[in-house]
Amino acid sequence: MKEVVVGLASCGIAAGGIQVYNKFSELLDAEKDETALKQTGCYGMCFREALVEIIEDSKRRTLYGQVTPERVERIVNEHLRGGKVIEEWIVKEEGQFLAKQKRIVLHNCGKIDPLDIGDYLASGGYQALKKVLSEMAPEQVIAEVARSGLRGRGGGGFPTGRKWESCRNAPSRNGTRYVICNADEGDPGAYMDRSLLEGNPHSVIEGMIIGAYAIGSSQGYVYVRHEYPLAVKNLGVALEQARARGLLGKNILGSNFSFDVKISRGGGAFICGESTALMASLEGKIGEPRPKHIHTTEKGFHGKPTNLNNVETWANVPLIINRGAAWFSSIGTERSKGTKIFSLVGKINNTGLVEVPMGITLREIIYEIGGGIPSGKKFKAVQTGGPSGGCIPERLIDLPVDFDRLTEVGSMMGSGGMIVMDEATCMVDIAKYFVKFLTEESCGKCVPCREGLDRMLDILTDIAGGRGREGDIELLEELGYAIRDTSLCALGGSAPNPVLSTINYFRDEYEAHINERRCPAGVCKELITFTIDKEKCNGCGLCAKNCPQQSITGKKKEAHVIDQTTCIKCGLCRDNCKFDAVVVS
Amino acid sequence: MVELTIDGVRTTVPRGTTVLEAARSMGIVIPTLCYDPGLTPYGACRLCIVEVVKGKRSSLEASCTLPAFDGQVIVTNSERVKKARKIIIELLLSTCPTSKKLQDLASNFGVNEVRFKIKDKGCILCGLCVRYCKEQMQSGGIGFVGRGTSRRVGTAFGDTPDECRNCGGCEWICPVCERACTADSLMNGLCGGCQNYAPVETCTVCIGCSESVGARGHKVY
Ligand SMILES: Cc1cc2nc3c(=O)[nH]c(=O)nc-3n(C[C@H](O)[C@H](O)[C@H](O)COP(=O)(O)O)c2cc1C
Ligand code: SF4
Ligand code: SF4
Ligand code: SF4
Ligand code: FES
Repeated sequence: MKEVVVGLASCGIAAGGIQVYNKFSELLDAEKDETALKQTGCYGMCFREALVEIIEDSKRRTLYGQVTPERVERIVNEHLRGGKVIEEWIVKEEGQFLAKQKRIVLHNCGKIDPLDIGDYLASGGYQALKKVLSEMAPEQVIAEVARSGLRGRGGGGFPTGRKWESCRNAPSRNGTRYVICNADEGDPGAYMDRSLLEGNPHSVIEGMIIGAYAIGSSQGYVYVRHEYPLAVKNLGVALEQARARGLLGKNILGSNFSFDVKISRGGGAFICGESTALMASLEGKIGEPRPKHIHTTEKGFHGKPTNLNNVETWANVPLIINRGAAWFSSIGTERSKGTKIFSLVGKINNTGLVEVPMGITLREIIYEIGGGIPSGKKFKAVQTGGPSGGCIPERLIDLPVDFDRLTEVGSMMGSGGMIVMDEATCMVDIAKYFVKFLTEESCGKCVPCREGLDRMLDILTDIAGGRGREGDIELLEELGYAIRDTSLCALGGSAPNPVLSTINYFRDEYEAHINERRCPAGVCKELITFTIDKEKCNGCGLCAKNCPQQSITGKKKEAHVIDQTTCIKCGLCRDNCKFDAVVVS
Repeated sequence: MVELTIDGVRTTVPRGTTVLEAARSMGIVIPTLCYDPGLTPYGACRLCIVEVVKGKRSSLEASCTLPAFDGQVIVTNSERVKKARKIIIELLLSTCPTSKKLQDLASNFGVNEVRFKIKDKGCILCGLCVRYCKEQMQSGGIGFVGRGTSRRVGTAFGDTPDECRNCGGCEWICPVCERACTADSLMNGLCGGCQNYAPVETCTVCIGCSESVGARGHKVY
């Protein structure tokens, strides 16, 4: 019996996975071809979607990338019926992409069918829950998690065992306690939580049940971002199947422990990922943070002790129970244990989801797993930690990645976004982009964040627009420290990071914008001009054809010129010229 | 009772007291804008920040929402506090340049320039009116709408809400003396003809200059 497995996570669907799946089901005859058609979640190699994996009896497996419905026919005829592998469509980067990774949380993602609990059970799923319910006291579970050194994957890196313990010990008059899974994932470009929920929802559910048992909770919630319909669907199916097997609900697996999980769909605001705002939103109030002097583990959702963890944090729990705290803490660095999933995006060859042991260097992630920078450009910086993370420059590329080291260099782990930038990126422009996002996403409650970020954006816009003034850099720094120090929640507390870190590492770029009215990377529109190099131009006229303003004139086979008065600096001429004749200065 | 140290002086206060209340009971002055003794502390203006010292490290916290704990060490007027507070006043002034109260605060704290772009909004979103309406009048006629820089105080449908009791409390409690709520009919019963409103010189021909304002203040063309 052969298996055809099509990747149908959001990334696969976006690349036409459904059409590929349908084409296979149209062409394949299950009996005659002795082939089962299956679906799975995200395999991480989003740059090669739609992915199709073919598994044959002898356990020979072939992974085809960028499969289209048109290619399906040849795969069916040549490979499945003819037994001949189509070499040119095989994903060649697979080895390189996987070599430095350590896929433990993502182990089953892209292998099992998320809609079939049988797949998860067959891979050892819910064994950890069985073990916990039959042989461990709640305190032992907490001690095991604490010993593993697991820290929250949602951004703060708070020790999970300690959080569970304080929630368990917090007084609650009627004994009610809640556990919540934070799947708000508001960072642009980050999608590890989505992939986990889509590709292996049971691992998250199992983690939550174990956590609830340890903490003494009978009701859980998963707060999912509104824009994640497939995650909601797969999670819903998984919850149903778990209930049907007695893994959720009353007297789980015959024990006297009862617990169930509800899904709650968030409004899609970035700030609703913050713990107190999330709980307010879950209660149906405006999603805005409150001061956290009294922890949510003592007074959280509806004023009851509440334990909130990130999706990835929960998914780590069954692994720790199954394989032991000692095994888990053998991975990683001294104060950051285990692995972390990053979404690797930006100017990098292999974009996708990667899971790496803590302590791996940026160089290994970018050059080995990521395959380096496309079109031979030079690496400039990498931004980690989502919109309010900092930019880490090239000279720190050998930095080991863990919670503390990233904070030391002015960035953070955040939820695990990793945006790679090449030499054509302007750091002022980047800082402006992130501050703009954060200004829009600030809840607007407190002054430094609401007004401070807005004024920060004004100053950055002026600098990028050639209206910068002497003293602006110092003013940005002064404002940045004040926002960081005085904001109510961590959004404001971390929002100045992109500005402060770029000033710290790329001050000369800011100075060039202000003092020389020049954008060294050639990005800030108001500071650049496009001209045509007479020597290089052969008069093909491609640029003129593509110019939306019709600003380019010239006779055939003679050098063309750009009319600066009407040029809108879109850069289309540069992108289209085959002879690099359009120069930016 | 809990015992804490504020500006080097030890004091004992009942459990549940905030650091702001504790400091005020000792006669220490901490400026506030969004705090009112009769309303739930909100922590939005951040003017009441103090430095909380924990061994070698310290952090800034809003004292109006900070509960007093045993052994806490608080400094209300350190250089770090003063510096941050001045920036906050400067930011507030750039959103409400005509407010007498903010101008007084600025002069008391030595803020004599506004380096940020002036965006007169007539409201600092302190939420006093919203909390007054809800907590003192049990009405809830006004609330916050929008997020980030588009956040404002408004009524549910932009009209005088049925719950409004025309008490005028929202006007009375407003620290910047201009209610941001723009619902027309609310004006009638409510506006007391604010005494403090004194518009500053602005350009007669405002061209909406996109510049930050710079050290010499807003330019008058
Ligand atoms: C502005 C802001 C946005 C956040 N967004 C998320 C998010 O999308 N997902 C998440 O898990 N945690 C997010 N967090 C962190 C949560 O507040 C919280 O620390 C985390 O969910 C706790 O789980 P952990 O201990 O497992 O990390 C956010 C925090 C802030 C300040
Ligand atoms: S720091 Fe920003 S997001 Fe957080 S409470 Fe203040 S305004 Fe809202
Ligand atoms: S595309 Fe390049 S070579 Fe062709 S006309 Fe334009 S500048 Fe000249
Ligand atoms: S109208 Fe006045 S009281 Fe109400 S939020 Fe605005 S500044 Fe505060
Ligand atoms: S008075 Fe404390 S934050 Fe406004």
